[in-house]
Amino acid sequence: MRDEDTGLRWFLRGVGGIVSVPAFILMASFIGFGVLCRESGITLGQAVFMTGFVWALPSQLVLVGAMAAGTSVVVAGVAVALSAIRLMPMTAAWVPLVRGPKTRKWQLVLMSHCVAVTAWVWSVMRLRDTPPDKRAAYFAGFGATLISVNVCITAISYVSAASLPPLLAAGLFFLTPMYFLTALTASARLAAERFALVFGLVLGPVLRASGIGLDLLWAGVIGGTLAFAAHKLLHAKQAGS
Amino acid sequence: MTQSEFSPYLFILIAGTCATDIWRWLGVLVGARLKEESDLLLWVRAVATALVAGVIGNLIVSPSGALAEVPLLIRLGAGAFGYVAFWFGRKSVLVGVLAAEAALLGAAWAFSAL
Repeated sequence: MRDEDTGLRWFLRGVGGIVSVPAFILMASFIGFGVLCRESGITLGQAVFMTGFVWALPSQLVLVGAMAAGTSVVVAGVAVALSAIRLMPMTAAWVPLVRGPKTRKWQLVLMSHCVAVTAWVWSVMRLRDTPPDKRAAYFAGFGATLISVNVCITAISYVSAASLPPLLAAGLFFLTPMYFLTALTASARLAAERFALVFGLVLGPVLRASGIGLDLLWAGVIGGTLAFAAHKLLHAKQAGS
Repeated sequence: MTQSEFSPYLFILIAGTCATDIWRWLGVLVGARLKEESDLLLWVRAVATALVAGVIGNLIVSPSGALAEVPLLIRLGAGAFGYVAFWFGRKSVLVGVLAAEAALLGAAWAFSAL
């Protein structure tokens, strides 16, 4: 990869990122989404529209549930907003990764729509080794392709939704967590990230079981703060010895 | 489009797009002010990582759909097996994912959980 390569080249390289393990795993998850929409009485057009314009699988699941139950737009909006708070710290941490010297604010706002767990993990893994002035083009290529392809997958799986054999469906749903877990471990460079992985992994399910509201947000804030403190302590000790 | 055909799309735009994108826009606003190598960015990164890890934990411990039919012990065991395989396989993501899948499907089939 030469530094003098053009932005278009990097955009196309990002498009090529669709042929990768993370992209395939997300595509497998969207097969399940198309089938779910059909079973929930959502129309094909609405299902496709949702993938393109919401682009956050957990929030899409909440939205489908709300629409199937006939919830009011306000209640559904609040439920979806609560399920999507995680996107704020994720996007905040993503901006310094993707931003180059000439990236405009509106470009970041536009690209931020692509931020969901897969694109975020991909950014953490790939963008640090990309020339800063080409990062935005690289990410835009990947993000736009990822959304377009999954819009198609939503449509295809909706139309051809002969329900999957349960064992295969279970295997598909297990791909996502295992991929995220191993990919994030492989790309964690700082002690804070490693601690945060461990704390979040435990706190997420524990706080959900405890039944407090906003459990995921608390898992992030508490787990992340503890990880930050552990990181600082570790470095203070290393500096002292 | 008639109004009744149009309104579900408006519903999705308001309750779906606005409700998720508002957090992304806020994230851009906050992220643009963070200085690289600052402690604040380190904390934000740790919070984001813990959040995603929380999502991962919930996807394994309390999943939806067909995976929920597989007993928790098998899910946890297969996850741990895949993670150990990932470490022994020189941190290969593919090795880890394939090992976890093999363990999950093998155990679910052997105990005829599905």
